[in-house]
Amino acid sequence: MLRYTLSRLVSLGLSLVVASLVIFAVIEVIPGDPASFMLGMNAADDTVAALREQLGLNGTLAERYLAWVGGMLLGDFGVSYTYRVPVADLIAARMQVSVPLTVYALVLSTSIAIPVGLIAAARQGKATDLAVMATTQMGVAVPNFWFAMILVLIFAVNLRWFPSGGFPGWDKGVWLNLKALTLPAIALALPQASILARVMRSSVLETLSQDYIRTARAKGLTRTQAVLRHAFRNALIPVLTILGLQFSFLLAGAIIIENVFFLPGLGRLIFQGITQRDLIVVESVVMLLVGAVIVVNFLVDLAYAAVDPRLRARA
Amino acid sequence: MSLLKVENLSLSIHGTPILHGVSFEMAPGRVFGLVGESGSGKSLTAFSLMGLVPGGARVAGRAVLAGTDLLAQTEAQMCAIRGRDVGLIFQEPMTALNPVQCIGDQVAEALVIHGAATRDKAAGIARERLNRVGLTEDRFPLTRFPHELSGGQRQRVCIAMAIALRPKLLIADEPTTALDVTTQAQILDLLRGLVAEDGMGLLLITHDLAVVSGVADHVAVMQAGRLVEEGPTEALFRERRHDYTRRLFAASAHHPERAAIATDTPLLQVQDVRRSYALPRKALLGPAPRVEAVKGVSFTLNRGESLGLVGESGCGKSTLTRAILGLEPVQGGSIRLDGVPVQAGAMTDALRAQMQVVFQDPYGSFNPRWKVGRLVAEPFHLAPAPQAEQRDRVAAALEEVGLTRDDMEKYIHEFSGGQRQRIAIARALIVRPKLIVLDEAVSALDVRVRAQILDLLAALQASHGLSYLFISHDLHVVRAITDRVLVMQAGQIVEQGATDTVFSAPQHPYTRQLIAATPVIPTDWMTDDALV
Repeated sequence: MLRYTLSRLVSLGLSLVVASLVIFAVIEVIPGDPASFMLGMNAADDTVAALREQLGLNGTLAERYLAWVGGMLLGDFGVSYTYRVPVADLIAARMQVSVPLTVYALVLSTSIAIPVGLIAAARQGKATDLAVMATTQMGVAVPNFWFAMILVLIFAVNLRWFPSGGFPGWDKGVWLNLKALTLPAIALALPQASILARVMRSSVLETLSQDYIRTARAKGLTRTQAVLRHAFRNALIPVLTILGLQFSFLLAGAIIIENVFFLPGLGRLIFQGITQRDLIVVESVVMLLVGAVIVVNFLVDLAYAAVDPRLRARA
Repeated sequence: MSLLKVENLSLSIHGTPILHGVSFEMAPGRVFGLVGESGSGKSLTAFSLMGLVPGGARVAGRAVLAGTDLLAQTEAQMCAIRGRDVGLIFQEPMTALNPVQCIGDQVAEALVIHGAATRDKAAGIARERLNRVGLTEDRFPLTRFPHELSGGQRQRVCIAMAIALRPKLLIADEPTTALDVTTQAQILDLLRGLVAEDGMGLLLITHDLAVVSGVADHVAVMQAGRLVEEGPTEALFRERRHDYTRRLFAASAHHPERAAIATDTPLLQVQDVRRSYALPRKALLGPAPRVEAVKGVSFTLNRGESLGLVGESGCGKSTLTRAILGLEPVQGGSIRLDGVPVQAGAMTDALRAQMQVVFQDPYGSFNPRWKVGRLVAEPFHLAPAPQAEQRDRVAAALEEVGLTRDDMEKYIHEFSGGQRQRIAIARALIVRPKLIVLDEAVSALDVRVRAQILDLLAALQASHGLSYLFISHDLHVVRAITDRVLVMQAGQIVEQGATDTVFSAPQHPYTRQLIAATPVIPTDWMTDDALV
């Protein structure tokens, strides 16, 4: 297990280095000079040059890459061109919305999807299964911004149970913020839960046709016992893969939902950074997101090994 | 006194009758053999008794086990009976165990589920049962996982699981079919011991008459869902009253008529071939350890000759085969076909066309979305021929293997296992190769179909002057179809010579061990006709 973890850690480090190189290179080749963009069309050349100097845009490629990476390692992501505040502060503020929202949505989607998938598989072909399949099909098909607006209409406008948008900030207490995040989390969780439930269902069905389930039944286990004791853990492996992908998607992919609910999250930050040519923000947020994806994949790898002893032995 | 009395057991699935009034009686402490070909209903008989039939099945009749009619029980009652009164062992030990649970837990589960022991006590009993099946504590602690065990060891775990609660009846469905002969002999010994010492009744389901002859006290022969004959083993083997039984026995002892066409001209020359693989690294850095699967093998296969290669799984015969086919590089030595070097990555189409292969699995070796005509024509990319000629040659090849021209328009799922193997042979023949490699080509077939395919191979060899490299773990088959034989153990050829000589006077201890472990029907049981 230790060797497996070490080997995954090495690949984690390598992936991060490669990702930072690629992101840096892509930002380099994007047209548009942040200094001239900030100063407007009519700025004098020497003013632009002075600002370039001030923003640290004049060094060689290697110098700028090392300065960027070195800064990030020390928690210094540079200063935003447009907001004129440290990028680290911007990101930290936005993460206070995005991370809880992501976790909230994931907890909702897994706690619904896994039991639903299990039940559908255990009752394959029966009414429950058909209902689950139909509902999840719709869950995948319905655009989540539309679903979000319906939620707002029903639960915020008509019933007034939840606010229709905005984020009060954690200093206002946990309860208010959880209420603010509930509708967006449900909107995000619906398609994720639908996909996850379908994956869980087919994975359990696949596992149920394995010989060791027959062995379990021959031992005297009921069908339900066989599913819970033997099929469940074996069926989790593909589900973990999907779960890892969903986490990364939710962290940054919530732009539309953030817009619907006026939430100041990472998705909106990166969107604003792009439209305002605030490359230092874009670069840092993208790196952070890629880093999160890589770290989540690492955790998924560890989870695989925890579930499957064959992986622990290999490595 | 009877342990199990089955009366008029019938089974239909979605209205299609599968079993027709099966009746038999088993005594405690005895082995009851149920033999028949695949699809005859042997396994479904067992599953019907256990209440583990597929959806849409209807079971009728009576099956009384120690006073309880198994067929009249509810599902909840059956759950209490399964594992406690009846233990089941299956064919595929490789997949019969849960891969993510350690063996101790899997054996103990049977005890815990039936409330026969607490979790702590169950572990102790599991230990004792694993010891009983020969998996001792020093080498097989309870914390071992299935993937750390060989096929034979896994089958022992399955047996430990089945006898955890000392059931009255043990049902073993082809328990040794997936195992090597020496492992098979050990497992059969173990099962025999359990019956003799613990007084269980054993229902042994198998297609292998030789296995039954050595183990069973009583035998029933099954055909198309009916028991056609039953009786004490020796009497049934000697008398063979039913026509189907006679045909089954004749097929299992079948030796095809072979014309002697072997020459002294070498076709395939294998010289000191070595093949090694890299294993996963032990340390993070540093060289990966290597394992030598083939350690300096040399032999020659002559034109028109049929050469057997026998050995147990893991001996390196598959690795050697892939090297001969030019699919994998070798780390030393040379392989020549008709004087031309065979090298992975540097094979010309013309060279590939010289040798074709037929694999074991008649189900997995065809693309299910292609018609048979296209499947058989596929090797033409090695030796192009005009379209019109291709169709005629495909038709001719199909007719040669006993199929018809019309079969070109069908899909592969429309054919039985034996017919598929004929199609595989037609595909191998189509580019007129000199050498056909038959990799366990008849191992998955029933005895009667196997006999027909062996006849076909013998006839094709004579008419086309083919050479065969016949790879198998089945000594009976190799004996029936080859001129010479190579015995492979741990990557080396330990003995080679004329087939009859090697089998009648084996020199190497390993060859002797293999032959001794191979079950045979006692010759004096089968003296009356041309079977021997």
